[in-house]
Amino acid sequence: MPVELMKGNTALAEAAVRAGVEAFFGYPITPQTELLEHMSKRMPELGRAFVQAESEVASINMVYGAACTGTRVMTSSSSPGISLMQEGFSYIACSEVPCVVVDVMRGGPGLGNIQPSQSDYFQVTRSAGHGDYHAIVLAPSSVQEAVDLMGDAFDLADQYRHLVFVVADGLLGQMMEPAELPPMQPLRTERPDWALTGANGRDPNIITSLELSAPALEAVNDRLQAKLKVIRETEQRSTENMTKDARLVVVGYGTAGRIAETAVKQARREGMQVGLFRPITLWPFPEQRLSALTDHVEALLVVEMNAGQMVEDVKLAAGGQIPVEFYGRTGGVVPVPEEIYDAIVESYEKLA
Amino acid sequence: MHEEVIFAGFGGQGVLFAGQLLAYTALAEDKHVTWIPSYGPEMRGGTANCTVVVSDEPVGSPVTKYPSIVVAFNNPSLEKYEDEVKPDGLLVVNESLVIHQVQRDDLDLVLVPATALATELGETRMTNMILFGAMLAHRPMVALDTAEHVLLDKLGERKAHLHELNLMALRKGMELGLAQKTEA
Repeated sequence: MPVELMKGNTALAEAAVRAGVEAFFGYPITPQTELLEHMSKRMPELGRAFVQAESEVASINMVYGAACTGTRVMTSSSSPGISLMQEGFSYIACSEVPCVVVDVMRGGPGLGNIQPSQSDYFQVTRSAGHGDYHAIVLAPSSVQEAVDLMGDAFDLADQYRHLVFVVADGLLGQMMEPAELPPMQPLRTERPDWALTGANGRDPNIITSLELSAPALEAVNDRLQAKLKVIRETEQRSTENMTKDARLVVVGYGTAGRIAETAVKQARREGMQVGLFRPITLWPFPEQRLSALTDHVEALLVVEMNAGQMVEDVKLAAGGQIPVEFYGRTGGVVPVPEEIYDAIVESYEKLA
Repeated sequence: MHEEVIFAGFGGQGVLFAGQLLAYTALAEDKHVTWIPSYGPEMRGGTANCTVVVSDEPVGSPVTKYPSIVVAFNNPSLEKYEDEVKPDGLLVVNESLVIHQVQRDDLDLVLVPATALATELGETRMTNMILFGAMLAHRPMVALDTAEHVLLDKLGERKAHLHELNLMALRKGMELGLAQKTEA
């Protein structure tokens, strides 16, 4: 496939199309709308389902319904829209049906603004709906990675019959960058054996998130937790740069991660032993690798486009072994490399 | 080669397209590139800008505080970005639409009456291509030849009647840019 210059939102959409998404339900919201717009054109063109629902609440429940039939399905939105979908996420997680949700994060809280942000970290990794569970959360930092992770997201959703988020921010959604799309995958022709397909000639399947007996619901929870334990042990992903001899490691994901990389390289040119650790899965958080780094690294500096959310996971991974510093911008302000560099210098000077 | 370029002006001046032309041309030459538009409340005042990073290396930050090149299409953009340009950076100014006098003396400054020239060519919308040409004359990040091919490809058949005019504007800008180039 040729390398093309693509906008993040469009690339996410087309990557989903290539990954064989059969149905898309969504509602427009900036800075995600180009994704839905691309789907509105492509899905009907390919004879697949596209519905612009009347609201985000409707979208996620349509996704839930389609997922129950074993259809490869997704929705996309931005922060306030994701908040509206919370109940649906929880039903989907409890029902153990696979689906993919894209969140192109914007400034909050409240209606906030339409500028890039990472303020949904808690929302997607911790509280994507009520009850005891985590969704799988993937966080690309370039248009190419967005394309690649979109395909992985559907496979992970199917493999674990679980809810998978792909989180970008307004900047990644609006940015154009060269990327190569994968070839078109054929649509699935067979439905999984748990799917609701009409029960013609077989026993009925039941998919529900309602369990009135406490012991029975505890059994559901036990099964869910066992699955999440496997995910936690096997699906942690991260990438790192110049960490081998690093005394200070900057931790950042998505857009903040790539901006931090420029600052880290500047620090290296100034002779500081600094590296970059970029989580790709936000849940499961790549704690194994980060924890291993604390054996030789003297301090961590977390950079986020929020008031400090992932920093809590970094502190858990560091286990109190080394100091964890934080630098963040909020409200849709995108940090520039120079200010991250200044934060690096400040943290570096504190090293013994 | 690593350049961080900001194109800034009013909506409708072809600011975003100028940035895209640079991005597509960079891709055609297998360079690393990012393009981001301003899409927030900034746009509501009628101003538009985009940041393009072109590099021989993979691009880390797609945003910049101190661009190495600024192409200012109008007065507010010049006032906003003059102080931000890196020392020894390039500042291309649309002389037709500015009243502000450039104060910096540590820049490669190119003043082009782009809107007036575009109007002479019979199409005010050629302002962006004139400024683009002047920029390339001073910072040959990509070849003019590649830019011309990409430009015609992007305009497509639907705008075939504008092909020649766009090329003329691009070359005119290049010519004016070269004329203001001090020999090193």
